[in-house]
Amino acid sequence: MASLGNFIEVLSGGLLAGVLYSLVALGFVLIFKASGVFNFAQGSMVLLAGLALVRSLDFLVAHSMPFAVAVVGALLFASLVMAFTAWVIERFVLGPLVNQDGLTLFMSTIGATFIIEGAAQLAFGSDVYPLKLYPTDAWFALQSLFPGGVLVNKLDVWGGLIAAFLVAGLAIFFQRTKTGRALRAVADDHAAAQSVGIPISWIWFVVWLVAGLVALVAATVWGTKLGVQFSITFLALKALPVLIIGGLTSVPGAIVGGLIVGAGEKLAEAYLGPLIGGGIEYWFAFVLALAVLLVRPQGVFGERIIERI
Amino acid sequence: MRTGVDKPNDTSGTIAPGEVLLAVEHVVLSFGGVKAIRDVSFDIRKGEVRAIIGPNGAGKTSMLNVINGFYHPQTGTITYKGDPRQRMRPYIAATQGIARTFQNVALFKGMSTLDNIMAGRTLKMSNSLFSQAVYWGSALKQEIEHREVVEKIIDFLEIQAIRKTPVGKLPYGLQKRVELGRALATEPELLLLDEPMAGMNLEEKQDMSRFIIDINQQLGTTMALIEHDMGVVMDLSDRVAVLEYGQLIADGTPDEVQKNQRVIDAYLGVSH
Repeated sequence: MASLGNFIEVLSGGLLAGVLYSLVALGFVLIFKASGVFNFAQGSMVLLAGLALVRSLDFLVAHSMPFAVAVVGALLFASLVMAFTAWVIERFVLGPLVNQDGLTLFMSTIGATFIIEGAAQLAFGSDVYPLKLYPTDAWFALQSLFPGGVLVNKLDVWGGLIAAFLVAGLAIFFQRTKTGRALRAVADDHAAAQSVGIPISWIWFVVWLVAGLVALVAATVWGTKLGVQFSITFLALKALPVLIIGGLTSVPGAIVGGLIVGAGEKLAEAYLGPLIGGGIEYWFAFVLALAVLLVRPQGVFGERIIERI
Repeated sequence: MRTGVDKPNDTSGTIAPGEVLLAVEHVVLSFGGVKAIRDVSFDIRKGEVRAIIGPNGAGKTSMLNVINGFYHPQTGTITYKGDPRQRMRPYIAATQGIARTFQNVALFKGMSTLDNIMAGRTLKMSNSLFSQAVYWGSALKQEIEHREVVEKIIDFLEIQAIRKTPVGKLPYGLQKRVELGRALATEPELLLLDEPMAGMNLEEKQDMSRFIIDINQQLGTTMALIEHDMGVVMDLSDRVAVLEYGQLIADGTPDEVQKNQRVIDAYLGVSH
């Protein structure tokens, strides 16, 4: 019984941690789906959103504002910062590159990464800033079934709820609204989208705004978990295997990919770790992604690549 | 012979049928050292089907791209609805009622037929981003209204059966039809068709010809048409402009153009 309890604990912890990877991966998927651009800057956008949030929150609290009001104010401020970033990126990075190749756009986002990272730390500082928006204590479930119960981190549960809410909303937005359709249209064909009067610059602004807001949501969760700090940008690396496994073009895929990566690496650590010496958590996701690439290059949920010859 | 007059449902007040809707004057377009269009002038009158023909590389598609704003000519003016300008912009062209299809079918391949045509309604939908984000109020209401318009287009083009199919999977002839549907969804005043029948079999060509005639007569839509099938061009069009090496070598009714010696030379070649 104890080993089953242990298994459930590892599995649930892994799944919930995986959702947090999904939150970062979602930002990638959104931009890729909507503009065909692989946005290397997503990790740096999480950092920027987090810094804007935590610094303005500290500022408001220091000026004796009630915590709840300060949180709302800080979220608004961070949203504005992300909107401004979206506008700048559209105006100065992507706007001049309409009708260019996907790889060109990808390279331009690498440049944007360094600028965002630098500007964020210049404007808001480069220390580690603790953030506490969600409860971080543990919660012992199923105590009647297993001795000692199953340990669940409350923060991870919050992360899961937020991700579920976000995905449902984004799915409706993409499938059922004018702007959602226009986003997908621009991703498929710039010229055709222009010919029916879809304003590409506005669409790109909306895409980057939505990705910025998703980055902000990810920053609230990851910032609470790790503190807002530069190393948050490395989350982007963990999102890559999630994307490969789930498929670059699928919102549900980002979630399922995150779950697979999270559960996989925790289970591998707990059960394979003792056999081959541990430290599996750091590379397991990448090996899993390689395996998926061999079998199903478009990912589990990705769109089939249709090419007419 | 359709003269472009007495069209039903013609509600646009500004330009009367038979008057000049669009005029290009002395347009020159070059890419580096290559002159794609050399000083071409012609006009398109409201309500007519205007064909643009010529051998490969004559500058026909470039001409459409100039009209619709994808290419910006070095010199010359484009006068649309009496408003002269040096260059069009694709977005402006679309808002002012110029729609088009593409030579190599430019559809949104991952999306369904329905979504492709709905994308053509973008300019007609006016709900706010916020309303769409919460999917409530005007966004929801307009989705339903515009879906009705799109269903009419789907009925008209007889593509009911492929409504939900991703267009990337459709055969070429049907893709061309969906593309026409998307252009129609913008309710264009001027419709530019770039080789609407390329790669089609006889039956598909007949269907497409029928749609073009119906659109022109029932909706009163003015059309500019690039086509290589001379039978189709002579049957469908009211006036024909002939380009060769970026120059306008003939302009007139199908009969006049057919008899023009320069046109015959351009198509059959001539020994010098």
